[in-house]
Amino acid sequence: MGYVAVKGGAGAIAAAEELVKYFRVKGGSDPVAVRQIQDQFRLAVDKVMGEAGLYAPFYAALAIKQAEGDLVEASFILRAFCSSQPRQYYSVVANTGEMEVIRRISASFKDIPGGQILGPTRDYTQRLLDFELAGESRGHVEQFLSSYLKDINLSGRAAPATFPKVVDLLRAEGLLDEESTQPEEEIFDITRDAVTFPAPRTARLQAMARAETGGLMAIAYSSMRGYGNVHPNLGELRVGYLPLKIRHPEMEGEVYVGRVLVTETEVITRFAAGEDGMPRFTMGYGLCFGHNEIKAISMAVLDRAMRSPAPGSPAGDQEFVLYHTDGIEASGFSAHWKLPHYVTFQADLEQLRAAQDRQRKGEA
Amino acid sequence: MRSYNFAFIDENAKREIRRKILKAVAVPGYQVPFGSRELPIARGWGTGGLQLTFALIGPEDVLKVIDQGCDGSVNAVNLRNLVVKTTGVRTTYETGEASIIQTRHRIPEEPLGAEQILVLQVPFPDALRAVEASESRTREMHSEMDYHSMWVYLYEDIVRWGEVTIGFRYPVLVNGRYIMDPSPIPRWDVPRLNMAENLFLFGAGREKRIYAVPPHTAVTPLEFQDHPFRVEDFGGQACCRCGSTDTFLNEMVDTATDRKIFFCSDTAFCDRRLEVGKKGETRCP
Repeated sequence: MGYVAVKGGAGAIAAAEELVKYFRVKGGSDPVAVRQIQDQFRLAVDKVMGEAGLYAPFYAALAIKQAEGDLVEASFILRAFCSSQPRQYYSVVANTGEMEVIRRISASFKDIPGGQILGPTRDYTQRLLDFELAGESRGHVEQFLSSYLKDINLSGRAAPATFPKVVDLLRAEGLLDEESTQPEEEIFDITRDAVTFPAPRTARLQAMARAETGGLMAIAYSSMRGYGNVHPNLGELRVGYLPLKIRHPEMEGEVYVGRVLVTETEVITRFAAGEDGMPRFTMGYGLCFGHNEIKAISMAVLDRAMRSPAPGSPAGDQEFVLYHTDGIEASGFSAHWKLPHYVTFQADLEQLRAAQDRQRKGEA
Repeated sequence: MRSYNFAFIDENAKREIRRKILKAVAVPGYQVPFGSRELPIARGWGTGGLQLTFALIGPEDVLKVIDQGCDGSVNAVNLRNLVVKTTGVRTTYETGEASIIQTRHRIPEEPLGAEQILVLQVPFPDALRAVEASESRTREMHSEMDYHSMWVYLYEDIVRWGEVTIGFRYPVLVNGRYIMDPSPIPRWDVPRLNMAENLFLFGAGREKRIYAVPPHTAVTPLEFQDHPFRVEDFGGQACCRCGSTDTFLNEMVDTATDRKIFFCSDTAFCDRRLEVGKKGETRCP
């Protein structure tokens, strides 16, 4: 007799957990050090910190190791950890003009004050599978590092650490719609309050900053491609370290607490008439933790798309975008169909059989 | 290992959830938005119910966790383990012994008492989602008690299929005011919500909503006079284990005989009936 699924769940869970551990290490190679992930899987760590909403590179790397490289799972682990910690402070509003830039480009002007700085980018390299990397050794790395750093004159004519914002040029000329850049008086906190719609812009930006990169990209792409009408001109994309400060009750003034690597994007889109009837460019803004350019661009496009008063496309619909791009929520719910649904299925079965009976009797 | 706070989530979050619970109790059936926290359990796997349990639970509580009516179901085991790991509370399979019962998809067969709280896990907090995709629109509809599209939906179902074909998550009217999604319980459990002794709390973690049915509150399934609501009919089948004919049954196929057999979905109730010797004639093939 097949009476199942009542007892034994605990044993099965424990065995499955052991098996996961076994599958992670069964290859017999050296265990990956968390530090190696943090150093060498830089972009994965950045993605996880952004999607988790917690800037903690070491913990993000640990989560990646634990999740065997599944970045959505790693983000989930890191975000759950966050819930166990009280929130002590809000930072003082940061000015991204103070960012210590490692990369900044503009697609709007050939030359920009401070110059175009490519920084670490693969954009203009050929994506050929690099077979040499397969044989990379500690010796190769050390040799590269010493020769690379030897040729760099760090003490000479240093580039400026901070740069003026490209969009400020447009702003000074009165070409930008200022309404879209006005800060809201009260900053919504999506981790403490449920978002209701229409959502304030601060809530929309926060939700997108934590959104899953792929989900955000898919919806933003739909808007660029045809389901919507946002054709962004990249005013500026910058990657760099942003200093953060807090106000501490026991200390005077603002206290520096550290810096976070962020990617910031400002896109300029088609002009619209302001309240005074004057046509001006509208803007979209994106900012996320770490070095994640696709995400920042997608976010900026959607920020602009969601400001249309009457959205005619999915990308412009706040509920559609914000409810469906959180990777942790979407992945959790998509996975939950694996849970038993015996009871609901039984209820459906009973309904279907009753409906078939009625059909056979010609009642329906 | 790092040590976590009692009941995992931080105390400020618990206070917020308790305030939202009070509001939910004060306005039966109304969905209260709350700042849902991420838990080390995936979204969609009971995080709403868990946050309610975490906010309510104290060291003296006795916890029961069920999924599909079963204490031993894998996810129930996992949720129970998490609560025990972070609180050390006593747990039970006995419905009558528990002060807090967290459940997914079932209300226990045994009626609950005034000292007990049933916490239900909710995937879709809004019954109107079936007829309206937009959250801002359904909030308006609730506030204006504009429920015509739901009634039309039920009417069209009857016209097409001869009866309302909603098998579970059957929409109910709470306290004569709000249409509420009772969570994916079968219709069998719906009458148990009405004028009960105990408090029912509903938590939707992913959708960030809490709602409640307080004790002694009228809960009526949506129905038409000439098409009354009905619960599941098991055609006289009995539980193959305890012989029960008045409980919600799950069917399965006996692999040895290829015949359909039935078991109580509420396993604690089934166990208890076996123990007290009420076992009927076995119907197992």
